[in-house]
Amino acid sequence: MTKTRCTDQVILDLWHPLAALSEVAAGVVVDTVLLEERLSFAIDGEGNAAVWRDRADLAEGSPVDIAVISGKLPLKLAYGYIWTSLGNPPADLFPIPEFDEVDRRKLNAATFGVNVSAPRAIENFLDMGHFPYVHTDILGAEPHTEVKEYDVEISVDRDEILATRCRFFQPMASTASDGGADVDYIYRVPHPYCSVLYKSSPLDESRLDVIAVFLQPIDQEHVRAHMLLCVLDEDNEDKVIKRFQQTIFGQDKPILENQFPKRLPLDPRAETPIRADKSAIAYRRWLSQKGVTYGVIPAAT
Amino acid sequence: MITLYDYELSGNCYKLRLLMSMLGVDWKTVPVDFYPGREHKSDWFLRINPLGQLPVIDDDGLILRDAQAILVYLASKYDAAGTWYPRDNPALLGEVSQWLAFADGITATASAARLHDALFYDFDVEAARTGAHRLFRILDEHLWFGEQEGRDWICSASHPTIADIACFPYIMLSEEGGISRQDYPAIRRWCDRVKRIKGFTVMSGVFPAGPAKAA
Repeated sequence: MTKTRCTDQVILDLWHPLAALSEVAAGVVVDTVLLEERLSFAIDGEGNAAVWRDRADLAEGSPVDIAVISGKLPLKLAYGYIWTSLGNPPADLFPIPEFDEVDRRKLNAATFGVNVSAPRAIENFLDMGHFPYVHTDILGAEPHTEVKEYDVEISVDRDEILATRCRFFQPMASTASDGGADVDYIYRVPHPYCSVLYKSSPLDESRLDVIAVFLQPIDQEHVRAHMLLCVLDEDNEDKVIKRFQQTIFGQDKPILENQFPKRLPLDPRAETPIRADKSAIAYRRWLSQKGVTYGVIPAAT
Repeated sequence: MITLYDYELSGNCYKLRLLMSMLGVDWKTVPVDFYPGREHKSDWFLRINPLGQLPVIDDDGLILRDAQAILVYLASKYDAAGTWYPRDNPALLGEVSQWLAFADGITATASAARLHDALFYDFDVEAARTGAHRLFRILDEHLWFGEQEGRDWICSASHPTIADIACFPYIMLSEEGGISRQDYPAIRRWCDRVKRIKGFTVMSGVFPAGPAKAA
């Protein structure tokens, strides 16, 4: 087994996203970084792909036949992205059943580099309290600032965090909105560095839009954030839907990048939570229970 | 009606949104998927701007590219008071032009560092950051001496000009390229003054000014 700079076996054994398939040119080498390791990958345009450790004879941009590459890393193509692992990954990635529904729009809103630890970014994604202040007149507005009581559980059989019964007044919940509305949210954290949120669809009250953030840890304090949209929208062009989500993310970015300390403290006494932070508390506890050390400041034992 | 070919996260596009908002001019937006779609390099967009760059405006058939050039046009055409681009004051016009060119330098350095960090552009980020700090130091000193003389804005006038608008966005967004403004107190005070201009509007990554401190 090759020695890795990251020594957190829990993190090494996970599947990690590298890129949106829709944005990778077929047949040429693409370089990236995962957990401080330089990797390369390629797709062939026919549904085949490969990931390997960066090497001199396969420089970025050079043509490549993926069939003849040796020393390949584990590979999974899921939810429109290419995933790999530096350890022994589980057979399956967490499920997002809605991705298979044919009438949904499935897009990578963008992949952005962010100067933040993956756990800090997940925690921000779970937080509703910042909506009126950071996403003013879109995902929130004063005086509707209260985070109402909601439920959080750590599902043992599915090994994920689930926050339900979340509800927030949003002036412009999505590109399909035509005005302010109380919006229902469900948050899942099925992976230490990935989260999936469900929110009321303005088009169909029986269904939920799905927005997921898949974080690719470059190192302990930098990520590439991949944003999957899997939404109901019959009218807007792809670029309009992407623009909406990029606007939101661009508002979060300076907040994320100014978090201090950059790694997420897991000691329950390190930062004082309020009631609205229930899901963040559960997330920190869950990371502690798993023994995650990468991107966090572990609790003193 | 003005049409702005626009990308939300572009500081150069924001310059125009900012000035049009301050001038009270209406416009409509054609979104361009700059990232990840690279739509500014698409055939249809290259026919509008062969340089493949944002922003572009179309004002009743007049198509203009280049943020600074468009600021000159918008202020000349739509600012009835004639203060944003003071055409009847040669010395001031010279100053404005000097700082418009300086703003291009900020784009080439601070914006380049941001594109490297956030959108993975293959730039020499250390050179870009060093270059930005050099420009920020020059502007900070210029603003500090101006404050000593009772001048609030970049150019020698009692009111802001398009030079302020041209320099503001990529300074405000500099931290996204790893360029701190900690060491530039006069720049930070000037940024707050810009944020208090009537009609000021934000973009993603730029927040409104806090409440003014009581003297």
